[in-house]
Amino acid sequence: MPYDALLVAVVSLPFVGSLVAALLPANARNAEAWLAGGVASTCLVLSASLYSVMASGEAVVATTNWLPEFGLSFTLRIDGFAWLFTQIVAGIGLLVVLYSRYYMSPKDPVPRFFALLLAFMGSMLGIVLSGNLIQLVFFWELTSLLSFLLIGYWHHNAAARDGARMALTVTSIGGLSLLVGVLLIGHIVGSYDLDEVLEAAPLIKSHSLYVPVVVLITLGAFTKSAQFPFHFWLPSAMAAPTPVSAYLHSATLVKAGVFLLARLWPALAGTDAWFLIVVSVGLATLLIGAYLAIFQHDLKGLLAYSTISHLGLITLLLGLGSPLAAVAAIFHMMNHATFKASLFMAAGIIDHESGTRDIRRLSGLYRFMPVTATLAMVAAAAMAGVPLLNGFLSKEMFFAETVEDHVGTILDHMLPYGATLAGAFSVAYSLRFIHGAFFGPPPTDLPRTPHEPPHWMRFPIELLVLLCLIVGVIPGITVGAFLDTAVRSVLGSATPAYSLAVWHGFTLPLVMSVIALAGGVALYLALQGYLKKGIEGPPFSELIRDQRIFDRIMVVLSWRFASTIAGFLGTRRLQPQLRLLVGTALVAAAVPLTLRGLGTWQPAPSAIDPVLALVWLVGIVCALGAAWQAKYHRLAALILMGGAGLVTCVTFIWLSAPDLALTQLLVEIVTTVLLLLGLRWLPKRVQGADADLTESALAPLRRLRDLIVAIVAGGGVAMLVYAVMTRPGVGNIGQYFIDNAYTKGGGRNVVNVILVDFRGFDTLGEITVLGVVALTVYALLRRFRPAADSVETPEQQRTQNRYDEAHPERRRGATIADSMMVPSVVMRLMFPTVTVVALFLLLRGHDQPGGGFVAGITMAVAFILQYMAFGTRWVEDRLRILPVRWIGAGLMLAALTGIAAWPFARPFLTSYFGYAELPLVGKTPVASALAFDIGVFALVVGATVLVLIALAHQSVRTHRAVRSAAEAAEVAVAPVEAR
Amino acid sequence: MEIILAIGIGVLTGSGVWLLLRPRTFQVIIGLSLISYAVNLFIFGMGRLRTGAPPILHEGVVDATARYVDPVPQALVLTAIVIGFAMTALFLVVLLASRGLTGTDHVDGREQGQ
Repeated sequence: MPYDALLVAVVSLPFVGSLVAALLPANARNAEAWLAGGVASTCLVLSASLYSVMASGEAVVATTNWLPEFGLSFTLRIDGFAWLFTQIVAGIGLLVVLYSRYYMSPKDPVPRFFALLLAFMGSMLGIVLSGNLIQLVFFWELTSLLSFLLIGYWHHNAAARDGARMALTVTSIGGLSLLVGVLLIGHIVGSYDLDEVLEAAPLIKSHSLYVPVVVLITLGAFTKSAQFPFHFWLPSAMAAPTPVSAYLHSATLVKAGVFLLARLWPALAGTDAWFLIVVSVGLATLLIGAYLAIFQHDLKGLLAYSTISHLGLITLLLGLGSPLAAVAAIFHMMNHATFKASLFMAAGIIDHESGTRDIRRLSGLYRFMPVTATLAMVAAAAMAGVPLLNGFLSKEMFFAETVEDHVGTILDHMLPYGATLAGAFSVAYSLRFIHGAFFGPPPTDLPRTPHEPPHWMRFPIELLVLLCLIVGVIPGITVGAFLDTAVRSVLGSATPAYSLAVWHGFTLPLVMSVIALAGGVALYLALQGYLKKGIEGPPFSELIRDQRIFDRIMVVLSWRFASTIAGFLGTRRLQPQLRLLVGTALVAAAVPLTLRGLGTWQPAPSAIDPVLALVWLVGIVCALGAAWQAKYHRLAALILMGGAGLVTCVTFIWLSAPDLALTQLLVEIVTTVLLLLGLRWLPKRVQGADADLTESALAPLRRLRDLIVAIVAGGGVAMLVYAVMTRPGVGNIGQYFIDNAYTKGGGRNVVNVILVDFRGFDTLGEITVLGVVALTVYALLRRFRPAADSVETPEQQRTQNRYDEAHPERRRGATIADSMMVPSVVMRLMFPTVTVVALFLLLRGHDQPGGGFVAGITMAVAFILQYMAFGTRWVEDRLRILPVRWIGAGLMLAALTGIAAWPFARPFLTSYFGYAELPLVGKTPVASALAFDIGVFALVVGATVLVLIALAHQSVRTHRAVRSAAEAAEVAVAPVEAR
Repeated sequence: MEIILAIGIGVLTGSGVWLLLRPRTFQVIIGLSLISYAVNLFIFGMGRLRTGAPPILHEGVVDATARYVDPVPQALVLTAIVIGFAMTALFLVVLLASRGLTGTDHVDGREQGQ
């Protein structure tokens, strides 16, 4: 396989696996584990096979351009350092998958777990293999998000939710600042490509933005790697399932921060600012983490603080700026991943098999699980830095580096003492972990009797501990070459000479190690009394409580602050919002008008036509009347509104817009029918007999204010439109359409040609919207529940029914049938006529006024007329209209007409036209636009009919309120009959 | 002619805005319809007013500009009319559902002062 395809496979496989894992059934624990394990081992093997290629020192790069003009490309790049991390991520991932198979209970939703775990693995590999900084930030954010989801995996648990939210908040703030830092680097260097950035190191370091860049990048790294003062999220994240803690919070996710520091080390490190920031944060984290770890009662909490401390150690090393320190940092990243992951798994086993991980309750587990205990002891010894284990080697290198003189400041001189002290702390907490859990008297109040776990659950620990041992004894042979490749890829020509030997003679670092070991043991013995008391946290722990500060900030920011702002600025009431909207529009129009003015008033270019004036007099009266009557006389308001619509329609036809007039007329009809159908479900409101009469004294004032707003808005619009219309028109693309409608679109009706041809794509979008609206209406009405007072039959209907029932010769519903006799016959006769008119309008639309929209509404009117004449049931017994099919077919036809242009190598919706000689009809224009228009027609028919029928059906449907009322009546009657 | 249309659009807008600010849902739906008439006429008016010049092409016309009115505002308004209908339908159903769920036809879903 070519190398770039291989790289893409390594990153994409986990995501594909994640999708598959999410789709497996909920109880498929084994299938999930096999899948995830398969993905992890494939990634491991694929990336391992790349070793020989870049062992020579060359990075393998695979680039796909995305937006090259912005320097954005998808670049995967593997060098020695990235390779090392890939092995850690995939290797430990594989072990964690195996461990999870036994750890997760059959009751847990495992598909979600493995899907998230695999997606996390993919994004972590994405960070490690990114050759583009923006892409790295993208994967970085993805890991934050997935970490959030994994910590909150048991989301019924409040601690898990809080921990997840805290982790997300802290790391995403860091991610944001990292993004800004990366953008600054891109600004300085002119590229986001990792190789180019690393080459431009002198440029970055001498740039005036260097310090902001360092602050922002390190802020990202510190939050991710849980460095002081952002360390508090990591202990809270321990609410996650233990495999997650072992994977994310010891070996991978938290390593992303120090990975980034090491990745950008050549470009950023080695200055005073870098030293000051990174070393002081690292030293503080190292000491605080180690100190707090001693006093944790929760095994996982202890490990979490110890992780914080070790990450501080790595950060400190990277901050020193010397190549040897960088070597030690990279080596320690590796070592820490092995011993910490195994310790987390051991803690998980203890929790799993004994039911608790509280050191105060645990005791003497050695006799129940000797193998696990032994393994944990070796791993803890590696953590404490005991000789012949891998932790010792990197710790020696660390001690040696702290002794060196770097910049000669007080901070620099403090380092050896701080390091030795932290070493003693780490010995103390390692002792506490082992001694507290495995030794002492047998446990008394455990929820379960502990025993050894299944062998395959312990296997990952065995493997990792074995690694700790052999790396600790024969480092040169086992990891020497890999470490060297990694170091060379970061340091390049600056790679120093270093030795991985176990024995360096009696040196100062060895003395420091001895002091730390002895001091740690002494400290642990001295603290026995305090620890026995079982007090939460160390002495003086009130001094360090940024977790609580974080909580308080969150409460203030996300709750109090927000609700205050909402209280000041927000309202749940619609009217103030609309008033604000209208007011804003008025101001937005008034400001430019007052600043620039409307210019001189022009005389109207055309004379006043008295007939049009009369028509508009009617229109104005209608509009005002509708506004006046809309509250108490809805039907009157509706009719008046229709009057205003008809006047609009007349105006269109008067002023050379026949298509608009047609459409307006038909839409007017269906809108009126629609609103009439809705009237039935609105509350009765009688003027003078209304609860509203008890309105406040302020109501007239409010009305006056609204009246003024309305008058100003109306006057303003009138002024504006007059000012525009009295000026000569400005040339626009309208001329192009007139010139080309016939030659290029094959139609004489320019408006229709624009709609179905020139701007066909817009129309396609529009009919889609129409279809969506119709389906939404349909969906909303399916669950429609009318208000209680609208459920019963309307008064008129009841009067008629009473009359019908009072006369034995009449049957129920006869009155309405009688009064509808003549209209219904006419309406039935109209059906074919209206249908023909609709087809006529559709077919001639390209050349004469008409088109799909108008024809569609006409056809819908034909259907609606039948409903009105005979009632819903009668029509549906005889005529099956499937409006949803009409919608689907119409949309499909319109889209297919567009696609039909593709085989002819033309863009979407390119039209074709010609003339065909049809018998009887004569010469008929045939344009592909007609097929498109037929699609529009079908959709409009479907949408309009669907909306109207859905609403009409509400009157026929038995609503729940009616049913329950009827049932209640039956129940009330039944006892009477029984008696 | 322009002055008539301008006044007409103004009255439609004013009536619509007045109704928009009323508390009952039915008032608002009528108001929105009136405003959409006004807006459609406004856009239409941007193409200037001409009588007897519909954009239906005839053979043998030489000076096309003088003969036909601008078709672009008409195309815009045609789609606006149809979308306006869809909006009215959706709003009507939402207001009916709101009335069913809350028992009131107040725009806020509850009577003032409650």
